Amino acid sequence: MRVPGAWYLGLAAVLFTLGALGLLVRRNVLVMFMCVELMLNAVNLTFVTYARMLDDLGGQVVVFFVLVVAAVEVVVGLGIIVAIFRRRGTATADDVSLLRG
Amino acid sequence: MIDWVVFVVAGAACLAGALGVIVSRHPVHAALNLVMTLFAVAVLFVAQEAHFLAAVQVIVYAGAIVVLFLFVIMLLGIDRQEDIRTETLRGQRPLAFLVVALVLAEILLLARTTWVTGADSLVAAASGPGSNIAKLGELLFTRYLLAFEATSVLLVIAVVAAIMLARRAPEHPDDLTGDEGQVEGPGPSAEPVVAGAPGDAAVPG
Repeated sequence: MRVPGAWYLGLAAVLFTLGALGLLVRRNVLVMFMCVELMLNAVNLTFVTYARMLDDLGGQVVVFFVLVVAAVEVVVGLGIIVAIFRRRGTATADDVSLLRG
Repeated sequence: MIDWVVFVVAGAACLAGALGVIVSRHPVHAALNLVMTLFAVAVLFVAQEAHFLAAVQVIVYAGAIVVLFLFVIMLLGIDRQEDIRTETLRGQRPLAFLVVALVLAEILLLARTTWVTGADSLVAAASGPGSNIAKLGELLFTRYLLAFEATSVLLVIAVVAAIMLARRAPEHPDDLTGDEGQVEGPGPSAEPVVAGAPGDAAVPG
């Protein structure tokens, strides 16, 4: 017997909120980035589930593009983190406060 | 029956890995927990007959992206552990829990209504004859060709950006990035970068 799609969607919702919680709570920039990846994966799972429920391959194509964008985002984001670390000697979100009013 | 077993095991691994990312104090442990979550999501993809995406998930995410994370952790030498008990911004953590609980409650409340509306198989049928990867490839190179080409441009931009960001400090210290170091003053972190800039600029490449 197949697992109903609603279970997958609920799991994806919980995974997304866990990622959002980690992004808000943690201060290490690298761990915050990993939490962004968690949220992206939750949305990917939602897309694949809808692709199955609606019997439509369009959802899977969207996940393919999300994977590409996630890879690009990680490359640029980690480049920025490395640049900040070289200049500041830290990778904590609290210490990068040059724009604080 | 076996579907439920796969779903429960993979879902539990998925959530355990996500929790591990949040609570682990060492960034390397967080990255390894992330690998577990990504593998579990790949298993859930297989369970829903998205075989190509499961393979790409393992290759790109668990293979490339997590290795990139680990590489940056190693490069920066962040081996000191973060103290996650202290709270620098007062009241941030309870507020974060509150917001996240509200979002989850809202999503699950919506779950009680109808999940799916709309017509079936608007783009192409996922079921039926033919393998998953063949149908996906056909869609990518016909209907979504423009988006596919746009992602290649995006990847080129990312490569250029990564090279620009990973370069050493620029030759002229009055550039935008050099300015920031001067505003900072003779701090312990700004000093070696400014001092090392002319010497590094002489090295080609």
